[in-house]
Amino acid sequence: MINLKINGIPAEVEEGTTVLNAAKSVGVKIPTLCYHPDLTPFASCGMCICKQEGNKKIIRACSTPASEGMSVITNDAELFQVRKTILEMTLSTHPASCLTCIRNGNCELQTLAAEFGIREIPYAPNVSDAPIDDSTPSIVLDPEKCIKCGRCVQVCQELQGVYALEFVGRGDKTTMSPAASLRLNDSPCVKCGQCVVHCPVGAIHEKDQTDEFRMAVADPSKHVVVQMAPATRVGISEEFDLPAGTVSTGKLYASLRALGCDTVFDTNFGADLTIMEEGSEFVKRLTTEGSVLPQFTSCCPSWVDYCEKYYPELNENLSSAKSPMMMQGAITKTYYAQASKIDPKDIYSVAIMPCTAKKFERGRDDNMKSSGYDDVDLVLTTRELGRLMRSQGIDLKEMHEEEADNPIGEYTGAGTIFGVTGGVMEAAVRTAYHLVTGEELDKVEVNAVRGMESIRKGEVDIKGTKVRVALVHGLANAKPICEEVLEAKRAGKPAPYDFIEVMACRGGCIAGGGQPYGTTDETRAKRIEGLYEDDEHSALRKSHENPYIQKIYGDYLEEPLSHKAHKLLHTTYEKRPIYKA
Amino acid sequence: MSENKENFSPELMEYIKEWKEKPGNVIMVLHKVQGEFGYVSREAAEQVSEMIDVPFAKIWGVLTFYHFFKLTKPGDINIQVCLGTACYLKGGETLVDEIQNQLGIGIGEVTPDGRYSLEAVRCIGCCGLAPVMTVGGEVFGKVTKKKVAGILASVPAQ
Repeated sequence: MINLKINGIPAEVEEGTTVLNAAKSVGVKIPTLCYHPDLTPFASCGMCICKQEGNKKIIRACSTPASEGMSVITNDAELFQVRKTILEMTLSTHPASCLTCIRNGNCELQTLAAEFGIREIPYAPNVSDAPIDDSTPSIVLDPEKCIKCGRCVQVCQELQGVYALEFVGRGDKTTMSPAASLRLNDSPCVKCGQCVVHCPVGAIHEKDQTDEFRMAVADPSKHVVVQMAPATRVGISEEFDLPAGTVSTGKLYASLRALGCDTVFDTNFGADLTIMEEGSEFVKRLTTEGSVLPQFTSCCPSWVDYCEKYYPELNENLSSAKSPMMMQGAITKTYYAQASKIDPKDIYSVAIMPCTAKKFERGRDDNMKSSGYDDVDLVLTTRELGRLMRSQGIDLKEMHEEEADNPIGEYTGAGTIFGVTGGVMEAAVRTAYHLVTGEELDKVEVNAVRGMESIRKGEVDIKGTKVRVALVHGLANAKPICEEVLEAKRAGKPAPYDFIEVMACRGGCIAGGGQPYGTTDETRAKRIEGLYEDDEHSALRKSHENPYIQKIYGDYLEEPLSHKAHKLLHTTYEKRPIYKA
Repeated sequence: MSENKENFSPELMEYIKEWKEKPGNVIMVLHKVQGEFGYVSREAAEQVSEMIDVPFAKIWGVLTFYHFFKLTKPGDINIQVCLGTACYLKGGETLVDEIQNQLGIGIGEVTPDGRYSLEAVRCIGCCGLAPVMTVGGEVFGKVTKKKVAGILASVPAQ
């Protein structure tokens, strides 16, 4: 342990702790701007500078490890002045368009400017005139607002291993952009939106489509059907200042009706359906000689995009099952349309997702039009839903609880944990056990697959059959696993795993690129706990036990992997270039 | 795995192989590529990326950080105008304006026929002769606006 003093307060911290975190441990907050707890300190902004007693060297608290006997001064008149100057200079490169900015009221720079009482900017404006890049269906780059903190580049490279963004150019002409002046849509970008949730300002944001929703619900000819993702029910709570981890399913159903949706379904039903298809596919691969193994999960559109670009040789390993959102969309415009005698052309299918990549997924290829129409017409992120609700005067806290509509609104606990790293695997195991043995698991929790380690490997015992599994979250961690699988494949060796789950975002969808700002490992843990509790409190916890799942197979889909199921619920993959020409 | 799509010379290919695993290889290799082609095209940078297994974005970051690296093919005759302190004070910028006037190209541009390209440089080591420009590698000192046209005409393409 290291002993030091922060403003005279004794602190004892583990070796390797930064001065910033040492100060935090004794209740002293040092202002930061570029720092983010998910990332290696980059020390680009200088806001966290501190002095040391008996040492003239000025340090940056975020990147300086605490050392024995150190005595740190975090605040005095001079430090305040320097920090204020840094802010003023940053603001001189930033447009003063706060009132019309997507981050208005939720911007780290705006907050600092307020805290420091900045009333004027003594420097001549020097705002970038680099053009906006709105080439992807998911993410908008607005370099005018960029403060060059570098978080997005770090996220894209370190956490996600995608390398779409890089510092291009130098000095005040630097932009965070793809190589070779390419637009984001022509770059390796997988639309995960982790750059969005890590951006402290409005320089990278989701493509806002709330107006499209308003137009749809105002159109009397449209029958608006909405679905909401597992992670949205836990994420939305923070948009309304409820404690992280609060699950607001019933209140959300009521809110969506209050917003004008005609029918409210739940993506969790789609998740149960995914388990039936993906689980059956897995059991088939596992029990059929010569099948391609391991099977990779395919619910995460960013992971699928990454695989198609970086590891096309593994496309055949991706489960052909569509994601829960796309399955739900397909059966909305077929099964539900038939059952309710509504012409599918009049149905407007909306999905509320924790994810920016889902905006891209809905139009990724013609498989996403299996009903003959766009299976999903509009995807809104959890943040967009929060804005929509606030603009309509809907306060989640004050809402009553309602139920989802049937026949595709009921879900099991297996569907809800899809939003958590390890959740898809766990849900699949609960059903695969039944499919293989004809029996039910006594204990549904599969602890071997739970946890927050970036790469987890384990074995799941299905009555004597050992299924070798791996779980990956944070897309950069997919690389070593893909390499391992590919190496065995090329060498003609047996596959090192049977089933692999990949989620692009750290912690799973609960920390997706469309979730509320300010996500840290602390909030991740709480949201994960919230969804596991939702599962625990569910009367049914296995997808195949969902009576409406049994009904849809009985009435419509026949059986998992049937011809009809294939047409509506499965997709294909293709090799895609990392960079478009 | 990595094909030689950009027709790197055998010597360059050998050099890249030699540097593949060494730290600091990006700049060394890009130097060599520019030495061979006079600039580093996007395609050449992508081939380097594949050969040394460094993401293309990282390579592009390096290429755009250092002024030394050129991303477009220079003209047959490259013109450098010094805008270092001494030359700047002695009117280096008026030379840039006059070249623009004569050839229709600004800094970083190439004439449509590919004959001339223009770049600004910082100090070429003969401040006593400010303002200085080089044309096709030949140094001209104490240049005035009036002398520019004659100087341009005097240098044949290599």
